[in-house]
Amino acid sequence: MSFEPKITLFSCHYASQQSCAEKGTELQQLGFPATITLVRVPCTGKVQVTTLLQAFEDGADGVYVVGCPVDGCHNVKGSVRAAKRVAAVKKALGELDVEQGRIEMVHLPRGLHPEFVAAGVAMDKKIRSLGPSPFHS
Amino acid sequence: MIVAERKPMAEIIEMVKDCTKVLVLACRGCVTVCSAGGEREAAVLASLIRLGMKKEGKTIQVIEGSLVRQCDKEYIDAIDDWQGQYDAIVSTACGVGVNFIANLRQETMVYPALNTTFFGGSAEQGIWTEQCAGCGDCVLHLTGGLCPVARCAKSLMNGPCGGSVAGRCEINKETECIWQSIHDRLGSFDRMSQMARIAPIRDWSSSGHGGPRKSVRNDLTIA
Repeated sequence: MSFEPKITLFSCHYASQQSCAEKGTELQQLGFPATITLVRVPCTGKVQVTTLLQAFEDGADGVYVVGCPVDGCHNVKGSVRAAKRVAAVKKALGELDVEQGRIEMVHLPRGLHPEFVAAGVAMDKKIRSLGPSPFHS
Repeated sequence: MIVAERKPMAEIIEMVKDCTKVLVLACRGCVTVCSAGGEREAAVLASLIRLGMKKEGKTIQVIEGSLVRQCDKEYIDAIDDWQGQYDAIVSTACGVGVNFIANLRQETMVYPALNTTFFGGSAEQGIWTEQCAGCGDCVLHLTGGLCPVARCAKSLMNGPCGGSVAGRCEINKETECIWQSIHDRLGSFDRMSQMARIAPIRDWSSSGHGGPRKSVRNDLTIA
C-alpha cells in the first residue's frame, strides 16, 4: 500500500519568502512536495516544544523547522533557540523509542533559493523511507 | 531551590499504562524556577504521555493542572477542583509534593514525573548547580560561605584532600575543589588561620542519618 506522508514545516517568514512568490505557486512549480504543510511563523524562536509535539499529535509523520542561519538570524538567536527545541523533541522521541529523524532543524538564508525546496524534498524522501508515524492510533 | 529533572519517558509511560485518564499536576514553586515541573513542562509531559500511549495502541485522556505549591496542605486541598477527572495524578513537583499528595489523599494514586536531585541555584541560564546538602548543621561561617558537605566530592570537613590539581577536583575535573576555593576566599579576608582549625568528628544524625527530620515552631503552631 502506498504511503503519502503528512509533514509539517514551521518556517520563519524570512526563510520561506519563496512561498509567497508568484502568488504562492512558485514552490509547487519548483517541485516542493505537496505532502508538506507550511506554517509560517514570525521567528522560529517562537516555536515551542509543545507546538512541535502538537504537530505529531495532530497526525504528522514528520516535522521540520526552517530558520535563519545560525550566525545570521534576523532576531539574533531565534533559530538557535528553535534548534535547541528541535533537539529536545528529538531526545524525547528517542525516549519513546521513535525514530529521531522524524524531526529536523534546517538553517537557510532568506530569499529565493533552491535549498528551501531541496530541504523539503529531502524531508519528504526521509519520511517516506521511515513510514507512517508510530503515533497513529 | 529544589532542583529536579524529568524522569525518562519509558518510566513514566510504564507508571500510567493502565490508566485511562490522568491529571498532570504542575507545581509553581521551585520546579517551575528550575524548568523541570512548571506549567510549561507539564504541558510538554502531557503531550508526551498522549503520544507514548498512542504508540502503545492505547488512548488516554490527559488533563493538566497546577498548584501554587505541592508542599502545603492548604494548596493540596485544591486538587478537589479535578475531582472525578482522573485515575491517577502524575505530579511534576519534587519528591516533597508527591509525598504530600500521598499523605493527604488516601484514595489517590500519585506518580512522580521527576527525579529530585539537589538543593541548588541557577549558575547561568539553563544550568543549575548543587550548593547545599541540607545536612542540618551548617559550617558555612567557618568556610567562607562555601559548603564542603555539598560541594566537596568527599564531603570532607578537613580539606583539601590532596588530590586536587590546579583547583579542580580529582573525582571530576569539571568540578572546582571547594576546599581550594575556601582557602582562597578565607585568604582574601585575612582569615586563612581558620583553615588550621581541625573540625571534630561530626555527628551526622542531623543529616537524616537519625531518621526523617522534623522542624517544630511552637510559636507558629495552632493547637
